[in-house]
Amino acid sequence: MALKQRNEKISQTKVWFGELPVDSLYTVGLGGERFFRTLKEKGQFIGTKCERCGLVFVPGRIFCERCLEHLDNWVTVGPTGTVESWTVVYLGLDGKRLEQPELVGLIKLDGASTFLVHRLGGVKSEELCFGMRVVAVLKPKAKREGAITDIRFFQPVQ
Amino acid sequence: MGNRVAIVGVGMTKFVRRAQETGQELAFYATKMALDSCGMKLDQIDGVVLGSAPDTFDGVHMKGEYLSPGAGAWGKPYMRCYVGGGTGVFAVAHGWYHVASGVFDTCLVVCEEKMSSFQPHPQGAFLTIFDHTTERPLKPNLLWIFALEMNRYMTTYGLRKEDIALVAVKNKNNALDHPAAQLGGKVTLDDILSSEVLAWPVQRLDVSPVSDGAVAVILANETVARRVTDKPVWIEGVGWSLDTAYWTNRDLCYPRYVEEAARMAYKMAGVTDPRHQIHIAEPYDPFDYKELHHMEGLLLCGRGEAPQLTVDGVTQRDGELPVCPSGGLLGVGNPIAAAGLMKVAELFWQLRGEAGKRQVARKVKRGVAQAWGDLMQVGAVVVVGV
Amino acid sequence: MAQVKKLRKEIYQPVAPGRVGGQEILKDGKQKLEGGLQGTGLSDEELRQGKVLTTRWKADAKYGWDAGVAIGRYLAGLKEGKILGVRCYKCHRVMVPPRLFCEWCYRNIDGWVELKDTGIVNTFSLCYVTWDMKRIKEPQIPAVIEIDGATKGMGIMHLLGEVDPKKVYVGMKVKAVWKEPAQREGAITDICYWKPV
Repeated sequence: MALKQRNEKISQTKVWFGELPVDSLYTVGLGGERFFRTLKEKGQFIGTKCERCGLVFVPGRIFCERCLEHLDNWVTVGPTGTVESWTVVYLGLDGKRLEQPELVGLIKLDGASTFLVHRLGGVKSEELCFGMRVVAVLKPKAKREGAITDIRFFQPVQ
Repeated sequence: MGNRVAIVGVGMTKFVRRAQETGQELAFYATKMALDSCGMKLDQIDGVVLGSAPDTFDGVHMKGEYLSPGAGAWGKPYMRCYVGGGTGVFAVAHGWYHVASGVFDTCLVVCEEKMSSFQPHPQGAFLTIFDHTTERPLKPNLLWIFALEMNRYMTTYGLRKEDIALVAVKNKNNALDHPAAQLGGKVTLDDILSSEVLAWPVQRLDVSPVSDGAVAVILANETVARRVTDKPVWIEGVGWSLDTAYWTNRDLCYPRYVEEAARMAYKMAGVTDPRHQIHIAEPYDPFDYKELHHMEGLLLCGRGEAPQLTVDGVTQRDGELPVCPSGGLLGVGNPIAAAGLMKVAELFWQLRGEAGKRQVARKVKRGVAQAWGDLMQVGAVVVVGV
Repeated sequence: MAQVKKLRKEIYQPVAPGRVGGQEILKDGKQKLEGGLQGTGLSDEELRQGKVLTTRWKADAKYGWDAGVAIGRYLAGLKEGKILGVRCYKCHRVMVPPRLFCEWCYRNIDGWVELKDTGIVNTFSLCYVTWDMKRIKEPQIPAVIEIDGATKGMGIMHLLGEVDPKKVYVGMKVKAVWKEPAQREGAITDICYWKPV
């Protein structure tokens, strides 16, 4: 079907600008509540273990996604881990170049079956390698809020 | 029409105004309860269908994928559907054709909603329902649509507010016996009529609450169903239909999209006289006038006659045609996608005689559940029977 | 089909009587939905006072929606103080808001029509709350107004003004109140509201 209508004058076309007022407040859930409170108060990482599947989920979840069993077996993991993958980020969210490139890694804490995404610090981008041993550097207890940002970054084990 | 499909298990969470659990955890609770209730295991489920509202509500991208672990969909064929409030019943139709086609023997249908994340009030997430150029600059409010439709319905048939408010009284009182209910209560006609006017003619107690919750049902073909339970509830007919998005070009006093969906479902089920062949009905009731509106659309009575049936007590639990014995959305709660599935769950328990205090007085063998969505557009209807 | 064979092989074990997450399994497989369903409710204060851990995030969702060929011309008409509609010769409808194709006949529309700026109230409401549920004293009066010149039933949503809320009724004749020509920008708000004739 050919287009039969066409606006000849540019003044007849229009773009309407607007915003969507999306402001979200997320609860961390029952699993997240225990994981983040432990991180805040004790500075420890805990996960849940599924006996049937042999997986340890970090952050801890109340159900195993493979067999859908209720999980209640909390185990301590980390704070050391290995770098499973890494990248150096040069562009910000707005597409502009960052002053300082960011180092981001996929970290498998010792004892966990799942990975965490977080920043890497105290290391130069040339030194990053797969399998590098890293340890979590946390904020001082007074400044922790019970969020993933309570971890400042992961740095190589000395 | 394809394989016979039955509902064999149902699970649900409480419906609450704001849940501490994440969406995944809510979906998990409902799914686990559904599986345990009929003794099935997750690896006996062939496919999963999930229904959930747009990502804006939760502020989560690709919500279907986000919720999939909690819905038991790891490693399984998975589809997400959404048709506004019609999702709860439409998801059953969606799961039905998975099994009826013969490609899957069992299918898990999950509907989950966590609307409370949206600040300051989940109602604001509905702003996108209005056209961005011709309607949103007027700074509209979701309540406008319902109030405009209610006014048209009342004016066309000369109804009074009292006739319509009786529905809210019935449903909220019915919901006292529903364990998941959020707003069940001993409510009188005066309570409804004296509640705060939000957008005349809609008053506060005419509206269903905003909720978080999840419901799951398990569908199976005949061979599996007979192994799993001795009283499967058969899905006899499904229907769905959509009306034009130009809602201001329609006469709002009659939901013709519900009629079209109902005709499709009735034809499949072999129902020729809905008023007498349907023994129990669960139409969608986010507002009290909507139950009446939809009863007419479902051809359970003539146009404008539904209020008379309510006044005569025909739609009470001990009446001839019980309508919303669960307490409906007005009493139990309205998590957008899960609400319709709650109605199908209610029919499941009622037809098996397991609804406890909510069990209707008459013997029921065939019921209809209906859900409605979006800009007064979607009608989804399911007919179930034993 | 493999799953069905598996289930045929297994001997179906009826669920033992007892409680299953809010459902009471009675003897012989019957179920009763009891209390004790899962789900933890939170009150507004509990959420705001940080009784449970939360994260906050505001979306930076800005949009530039193309009005499209049809609505673009409709808005240009509004700037000139005219309400435009479109015509389909197959179903004989004159439609507003205008569209590029007739959605009933599924074909291009056949031409544009200038409609009047008067109409009839099809339905209305008196709204005392804002979009984020705050209460306002003077009600807003949204209405669906059937435009004169278009097919019966063709309406647009707009606001009513300069009228006592108690005196509005379905069937009332109204006329558009326009902004001054210099202030019009080619938007639906170029009509401030509709008042009774």
